[in-house]
Amino acid sequence: MQSRVQGIRAWLAGAAATAMATVWALPALADEVLVGQPTPGAIGLQPGVTPLKHDAAFFHDVILLPIITVITLFVLALLVWVVVRYNKKANPTPAKWSHNTTIEVIWTVVPVLILMFIAIFSFRLLYAYHDMPKPYMTVKATGYQWYWGYEYPDNGISEFISNVLPEDKAKAKNVPYLLAATEPLVVPVGKPVRVIVTGADVIHAFAVPAFGIISDAVPGRLNETWFKVERPGVYYGNCRELCGVDHAYMPIEVHAVSQAEFDAWVASKGGYKVGAAPAPAPAPAAAPAPAVLPAAASDAAAPPSATPAPASAPTSN
Amino acid sequence: MAHASTADHDHDHKPPFLVRWLFSTNHKDIGTLYILFAIMAGLVGGALSGLIRLELAEPGLQIFVKGGWLDQLGVVEASKHGYNVVVTAHALIMIFFMVMPAMIGGFGNWFVPIMIGAPDMAFPRMNNISFWLLVAAWVLLCLSLFVDGGPGKGFGGGWTIYPPLSTSGHVGPSMDLAILSLHLAGASSILGAINFITTIFNMRAPGMTLHNMPLFAWSVLVTAFLLLLSLPVLAGAITMLLTDRNFNTHFFDPAGGGDPVMFQHLFWFFGHPEVYILILPGFGIISHIVSTFSRKPVFGYLAMAYAMVAIGFVGFIVWAHHMYTVGMPVDLRAYFVAATMVIAVPTGVKVFSWIATMWGGSLDFKTPMLWAIGFIFLFTVGGVTGVVLANAGIDYTLHDTYYVVAHFHYVLSLGAVFAIFAGFYYWFEKMWGVKYNEFLGVVHFWITFVGVNLIFFPQHFLGLQGMPRRYVDYPEALTFWNQVSTQGYLITVVGVGVFLLILVEAAVRRRKAEANPWGEGATTLEWTLSSPPPFHQFSDPPVFKPDSHR
Ligand code: HEM
Ligand SMILES: [Cu+2]
Ligand SMILES: [Cu+2]
Repeated sequence: MQSRVQGIRAWLAGAAATAMATVWALPALADEVLVGQPTPGAIGLQPGVTPLKHDAAFFHDVILLPIITVITLFVLALLVWVVVRYNKKANPTPAKWSHNTTIEVIWTVVPVLILMFIAIFSFRLLYAYHDMPKPYMTVKATGYQWYWGYEYPDNGISEFISNVLPEDKAKAKNVPYLLAATEPLVVPVGKPVRVIVTGADVIHAFAVPAFGIISDAVPGRLNETWFKVERPGVYYGNCRELCGVDHAYMPIEVHAVSQAEFDAWVASKGGYKVGAAPAPAPAPAAAPAPAVLPAAASDAAAPPSATPAPASAPTSN
Repeated sequence: MAHASTADHDHDHKPPFLVRWLFSTNHKDIGTLYILFAIMAGLVGGALSGLIRLELAEPGLQIFVKGGWLDQLGVVEASKHGYNVVVTAHALIMIFFMVMPAMIGGFGNWFVPIMIGAPDMAFPRMNNISFWLLVAAWVLLCLSLFVDGGPGKGFGGGWTIYPPLSTSGHVGPSMDLAILSLHLAGASSILGAINFITTIFNMRAPGMTLHNMPLFAWSVLVTAFLLLLSLPVLAGAITMLLTDRNFNTHFFDPAGGGDPVMFQHLFWFFGHPEVYILILPGFGIISHIVSTFSRKPVFGYLAMAYAMVAIGFVGFIVWAHHMYTVGMPVDLRAYFVAATMVIAVPTGVKVFSWIATMWGGSLDFKTPMLWAIGFIFLFTVGGVTGVVLANAGIDYTLHDTYYVVAHFHYVLSLGAVFAIFAGFYYWFEKMWGVKYNEFLGVVHFWITFVGVNLIFFPQHFLGLQGMPRRYVDYPEALTFWNQVSTQGYLITVVGVGVFLLILVEAAVRRRKAEANPWGEGATTLEWTLSSPPPFHQFSDPPVFKPDSHR
């Protein structure tokens, strides 16, 4: 993404950075801004750790936020002006006009131009989400009432369960309650990871703010999204589609680790390295099937265990 | 309150009390019933939102716990499921039983016939049915709160009632009652829509064309078409939901070849027009108020009317911007991004035209005008965050977070509700035949303005930080802005208290109303009648001077 509209970006970023500095200073004063989780009192986006989230944050912080702030302040200024200048004391006799074609054309055309300007960045970002590079590996996340199941078909790790870490345990480990999970989703840093998302009972949504991703976990469908984490760390996410009683209690905890650590973790789970599937019949067949057959969905991607190739499935984010 | 208005001595041959209010076929009486109903529902819905804000005042579970005061009260289940039930009921009540009845049933019934110089609605008995169907719908919805939902008492699947959470996720009878409630509320609105369309097309005073009809009548006309075209789709969708639940169909069940996402398409094909149904009548009300208190005609009348038509039309082809995350093909998403942004253009025309109406005017900041100016600003804030959310690439970060909650409350809770209060004070004397206390009206406005902004502005921050909607609990880092939001709620409650005080004060003091308290700026036909108007007006069509009635 670095290559994209470098000139405009640098210029706009500079201009906006000055404007936003005051606003952004607030959370910065509180503490240092946390990564992968919300910061107390913060008012902006969580910092990104994937190329997509950087693009999204640029789009929001540098393009959209300044534009909507200016528009809102402009409307506010007009209102204040009207109130001050045209109140009945200042202007006892009202004018009688009610048409002005020029101004009407202006306030139709200028918004169109602004929206077209926004659209350029918007479409670029949308298609960037869609252009998944050839993934290094695939993980499958299944939403259950009310926990996540993670499966690593490329590593022969069958589904394991990740629950919310209970409050006392979270306190003891000094990790944030309602964000920390009993089992993290472990991924290698710097590698494109494809996530296949589905729901077993009702609709859930797999969302990690620091990655800028969300994908609905719909029963009968396989949705996919992807991320490439830039630096090692712990990144938290949530279920973001109302799924019943414990909707608030099925967090997502992603650990991005070095390749060596990842391989060690895979080994500890009894799996094998990506691309090193044992010769006899593919092992993942042993994985528990989702409660509902995914094949029913019209635009389902290939079953996750079938191939790691980046099939350009229409459901790609 | 209602009786204050009936105290005058005319020769109207009003029917006896019970016949008058139960079998009412008079558009003004039905309008009054709708408004009283909306006030009642608004208080209930507002109380429910209080439970939400109190729960979210601190991390951890505060009131939705066994043994707490809510549990002792015993009205709603004090559990995490109970929280979901309250969130769901709050939304359904505010949308279907507060905003719609107030705007369309209340102000629409009262003032559309009068503004177009008609003696009543085209189908007075159907008008009565519309109202009582809504009451029946209300009863069903209330019942649904107290019967088994599956996970507990009541239905807690959100006002969007997505399956499978609303089918296999809620197997109890509560959801069936909620569906039937929506059926009745929908039927009520469809009948009302037919009534308004027929009335506006056929019963305008001689000389009044569509192109010089008051903008409020325009706004209700467009709204009626949206209702007529979108509600049947909702009715179909929830009927399929009902048969999926009870008769083993599989419209939305993948195990039987169905598709849950299909429901979302049907729901939002109704749901997006619905959000414009909630706001369009407000657009009309605001235009009249701004013009009246600026003593200046509405700027760009035709553009204002056709902007509403454009919003209504485009509103039908943007529905899947609520569904960027369900796994639609990327080109389809790109289409919905583009279509959604188009709506901002006619919306901008409206905002700028209101300001242009004030420009050069002679502004009088009476209570209705304060609410109208507040509306314009707050609606702008909600509109620009809508433009942010329209971008799928950003929506991946903000979808289903508190940012969305902030967005739609700025257009609804601060937009539509401000328009309702603006209209309520604007037409107060006309409807009730007594004056409200101007000072208290101003106090009501300022307290509410501060309160609601304090509730909803920080929710943008929570959303940007990633706090999901419909969460009963949240990580500690999100405490601060949640506390601020709850403080804002407490301030708003004081505002509601002032509102009730205003009603009581006006009913006790009974200051005699004037036919036209607002002076030369108020040009529409209702100001030519007494306050309250005679039981039957315009038996002879009024004389209509085209230029003065915008
Ligand atoms: C400039 C005009 C507007 C635009 C571009 C816009 C855009 C959007 C978008 C894209 C969403 C989906 C966000 C998400 O779920 O991730 C949304 C949600 C919503 N909007 Fe708007 N909107 C506009 C005006 C309005 C108005 C006028 C109303 C109602 C008076 C409204 C009410 C809502 C509601 C109720 C939701 C949330 C629905 C739900 O998920 O429960 N919007 N809007
Ligand atoms: Cu959930
Ligand atoms: Cu919409």
